[in-house]
Amino acid sequence: MLTQAASDSAVVVSDLAKSYGAVEAVKGISFAVRTGTTTALLGGNGAGKTTTLSMLLGVLTPSAGRITVLGEPMPEHRHRVLPRMNFTSPYVDLPKRLTVAQNLAVFADLYGLRRARERIAEVAEDCDLTALLKRSYGSLSAGQRTRVSLAKAVLNEPDVLLLDEPTASLDPDIGDRMRTYLERYQHRSGCTMLLASHHMGEVERMCDDVIMLREGRVVDQGSPQELLARYGRENMEEVFLDVARGRADERVPGGAAVETAA
Amino acid sequence: MSAAEVACHAGAAASLRRIRAILRRHGYLIVRSPTRIVSMMYYPTVTMVIWGFLTLYLAPTNNFLRDAPGFFIGAVLLWDLLFRGQLGVSLTFIEEFYARNLGNLFVAPLTLPEYIAGQLTISLVRALIGVGGACLFAFLVFHYSIFSIGLPLAAFFANLVVFGWGIGLAMSGLILRLGMGAEELAWAAVFIIAPISGVYYPIRVLPPWMQGVASAIPSSHVFEGMRAVLIDGTFRWDHFWIACALNVLYVAAGAVLFAWAMRDARNRGTLLQMGE
Repeated sequence: MLTQAASDSAVVVSDLAKSYGAVEAVKGISFAVRTGTTTALLGGNGAGKTTTLSMLLGVLTPSAGRITVLGEPMPEHRHRVLPRMNFTSPYVDLPKRLTVAQNLAVFADLYGLRRARERIAEVAEDCDLTALLKRSYGSLSAGQRTRVSLAKAVLNEPDVLLLDEPTASLDPDIGDRMRTYLERYQHRSGCTMLLASHHMGEVERMCDDVIMLREGRVVDQGSPQELLARYGRENMEEVFLDVARGRADERVPGGAAVETAA
Repeated sequence: MSAAEVACHAGAAASLRRIRAILRRHGYLIVRSPTRIVSMMYYPTVTMVIWGFLTLYLAPTNNFLRDAPGFFIGAVLLWDLLFRGQLGVSLTFIEEFYARNLGNLFVAPLTLPEYIAGQLTISLVRALIGVGGACLFAFLVFHYSIFSIGLPLAAFFANLVVFGWGIGLAMSGLILRLGMGAEELAWAAVFIIAPISGVYYPIRVLPPWMQGVASAIPSSHVFEGMRAVLIDGTFRWDHFWIACALNVLYVAAGAVLFAWAMRDARNRGTLLQMGE
């Protein structure tokens, strides 16, 4: 279902800014997410990750700048783009009194799926939820709920999937299963993924590109390998700490706290 | 081919599917919970029973009640239509708050008018269940049928439910703007207008300034109309048309307030965070 966007980037962000009164949460950031890749949006708490994702989803109006998703301007044309996007976050829930199957049926209608029953069976199988379909969402464990949220997020086979800490609060086993599923899903569908995460192992494993945010600015970007080489570090956890603690200038010749244009 | 094939993204059919999604979401909730259905009927039934027995007690010594024995029961049932109409809209929205589901709904291609259409339809269903149960009880216990009002009942019904929708939309907007702290408004809003709606007494008994306020709300015209039907046997078209015109204004104002609150929530970034 993926169609070729005007450029080879599924998401293009230019000079994007968001202020809440005097507080600038996002300060004129620019980046692009290549079609069919997984890009991580990294940064400490308050760096602007969730604010950026919210603007990409059209639920937060930018103060300035431009967003293009799948060739369409957001949020102006959000109702053209949203059917081809989806999202999951541990901070957004599903109705607890509805069963898993009922929740998925509601979203199948919202996304206008033609063969909803077959698709629900398909994603339930993929996310290991078949035995849980008749259970109420509220009776599920945290790991099971995360799988349901993921099933909801891939229900419409989105071209662009935004994942806000998709494995937060999951045990290592379930977290690994989720990552495996997402990798397989992307390989099969060619979907573009933008992932906000605090799990650096996840980023190294899944992401083709990384965008580092600090205090609402893009302070660096590149592939995990490029960043490891640039910072002279063994793993992304150390790179993350360098950026989050403002040590990037010391470690990168010429300083890294310069926004890199996409 | 994957079963994720989309029937349509745009147009009336897609829009109807998204409205159906909202109906499904709340329909499942009602069907799965018998206690919820009982609670919808409980309040109108208990209130109606109290007024029914009061009528039985007063009727032998009161000419007015002897001539119009269904007066209080009819009034309480119609009043509850207004209350259920409003509550149905507000509670549908509050449910999304409790479920922390607003983010999921509005990152889907759901538009606000589609969401509102779903809210209004669910409200109608809830009002019919709640007041329908009480009507049945009124018939069984007091041998009073609300349908004895005749065709005017349809006019009263429509005007009261639509007025309830207007208030419910405005309350949804306030809750969206002020958060769950404003939940109490959803329960209390209708009762603020109860004294000036003239549910159980004519508007002329109110002080002049209150009569002025009453003339600006549709419910007072409906209940004046109800009294005209029950006491004089006439249908007051003037009250009917004024109620209709006022309802257009109230529903438009409610929808505008809700739309403003939604725009404001998008500016403040609260849609993804809202919840209990």
